[in-house]
Amino acid sequence: MFRPLLIALIAALPFGLSPALAQEDDGPLRIEITEGVVEPMPIAVAPFFDDGNGGIMVDQVQRVLTDDLTGTGLFRAIPAEAQIASLDSFEAPVAYEDWRAVNAEALVTGAVSVQDGTVTVKFRLFDVFSGQPLGDGMQFDAPVDGWRRAAHKAADQVYSRLTGEAPYFDSRVVFVNETGPKDGRLKRIGLMDFDGANQIWLTDDTSLVLSPKLSRDGRRMLYTSYETGYPRVMAMNMDTMAEVEVPTDPDTMTFGPRFSPDGRWIIYSRAEGGNTDIWQMDPISGAARPLIAGPFIDTAPSYSPDGTQIVFESDRSGSPQLYVISADGTGEPMRISFGQGRYGAPAWSPLGDLIAFTRQDGERFHIGVMRPDGSEEKTLTESFLDEGPTWAPNGRVVMFTRQTPGGDGVARLHSVDVTGRNMRPLQIEGAASDPDWGPLLP
Amino acid sequence: MTNCTLRGWKPAALLLALTLSACAPVAAPVVTDPYAGAPGAGGLYPGQPGGSLFGTAEYFRTNVGDTVLFARDQVTLSDEARATLTRQADWLAQHGSFSTTIQGHSDEQGTREFNLALGARRAGAVQEYLISRGVAPNRIRTVSFGKERPAAVCSDEACFAQNRRAVTVVQPGAGT
Repeated sequence: MFRPLLIALIAALPFGLSPALAQEDDGPLRIEITEGVVEPMPIAVAPFFDDGNGGIMVDQVQRVLTDDLTGTGLFRAIPAEAQIASLDSFEAPVAYEDWRAVNAEALVTGAVSVQDGTVTVKFRLFDVFSGQPLGDGMQFDAPVDGWRRAAHKAADQVYSRLTGEAPYFDSRVVFVNETGPKDGRLKRIGLMDFDGANQIWLTDDTSLVLSPKLSRDGRRMLYTSYETGYPRVMAMNMDTMAEVEVPTDPDTMTFGPRFSPDGRWIIYSRAEGGNTDIWQMDPISGAARPLIAGPFIDTAPSYSPDGTQIVFESDRSGSPQLYVISADGTGEPMRISFGQGRYGAPAWSPLGDLIAFTRQDGERFHIGVMRPDGSEEKTLTESFLDEGPTWAPNGRVVMFTRQTPGGDGVARLHSVDVTGRNMRPLQIEGAASDPDWGPLLP
Repeated sequence: MTNCTLRGWKPAALLLALTLSACAPVAAPVVTDPYAGAPGAGGLYPGQPGGSLFGTAEYFRTNVGDTVLFARDQVTLSDEARATLTRQADWLAQHGSFSTTIQGHSDEQGTREFNLALGARRAGAVQEYLISRGVAPNRIRTVSFGKERPAAVCSDEACFAQNRRAVTVVQPGAGT
């Protein structure tokens, strides 16, 4: 039965997107990510309607929404030419039998309009087999040049309602763009949407830059720069894109910085006399102290999302392995990696349930995940060189760097879901490495 | 290990070439870092113009040998490396107006930040050795490039072996 669509009109914030209604309870249709989806759920995205001056944006919004959903590997879109139902309008009742006939399990309908520099994207979601809407219709308003975000927001809602997981499409990634030959590589830091769109450059390539990391709110970035000729921790205000000095000792090598989840501290690697330890700094006062230290390499720290623990890489046992320690550095570090090979570059999931890592076994590299106590280790990928995992804000997808071998070897970003399925390269121009996935945007 | 000291020699290129060859049984082959003096972004410091005079960075690079190599995962100095570093220390002893930066590098195996730490360790090992050979600590700085600046670009041990290195770069100026 058709239920009247509830769409409240809410003025768009200058840079924000306003969901018109909160999501209702999840419907019966549900796809479980953690089981490892073998067969994608067939869904139909009906041709979106032009609600007024939508123009080419109507198709563009529909394509971005469809790509977001199918890009997860969880859904398969029934092509428009196979669809037999036609809708008269966005508000018209849905003829469920016509969608059942093409084996669509879920149906997305949508409409796009543009007025006064604002794009409005509406969508509705239906459970075809039970013949019920899945939650209320919603609309998102955005400045016209932010139309992709409105499409991502709508896709996020569809994804959440069908999976029960938190969304992640409306998010951004910082990364390192690479140009030039392998023995003369130029690097600069870029920012892009999670799907590779809207790339902008945050640094130029006149000095080597490495491993950008966003704060949890995405408004600050830390990275390593060789601007002085020596590796040094740097920061950037992401609202103004202005570089911010971090008060490290200029005569000491510092690299690999990360913010604590509350943004209060910076932890980073500091090399002195050949020995690398993990230090903690208050960026306001500049006060710094060794947090994890000893006559071995301690590096690549990652906070647990509650800020109480740190996982890091250390060769204190003779080869690089993963250790967990209390965030104040007290107590004995607990080794959690015991599989074959060397472990490094750990990244604690934003859900707290898993730690992703790089594992080198002989000549092969893997991205894997394990519980924070080291149990339930699972290998997700294998190649000549995979490294540096980062988590989608919902903790269900991992992005990483894959470099091909040889003198003309190139680094590219790939993603894989937490079950090891849906391995795919990110479709962007140029070589890229060191991704760091930021938060879901407000 | 023979100490092939150059102390007391006048900076005359011809004589020095003879001296070095006389030390050949223990002297490591001179290994030169390709980034040294390279123009543009690949170069990390300016080259010394003017060729092969004894008291120049160019001479240091090509005749003394600016590079020592390391075994996989290792920071231990080989006999060859010690011979090279001994020559470096001797040259530095005669050129007190030069300071040095030791660049530590790794091969591309391993993660980015661990390799930065490994490069720092290699640079530290060279620093320690040069100090033990009498170079004043305040004339030496260290820097690590991890796996960011390979000397050889293939992806097998032949190249990895050349990339696991520490490069001593000398520059005019007496240090801090």
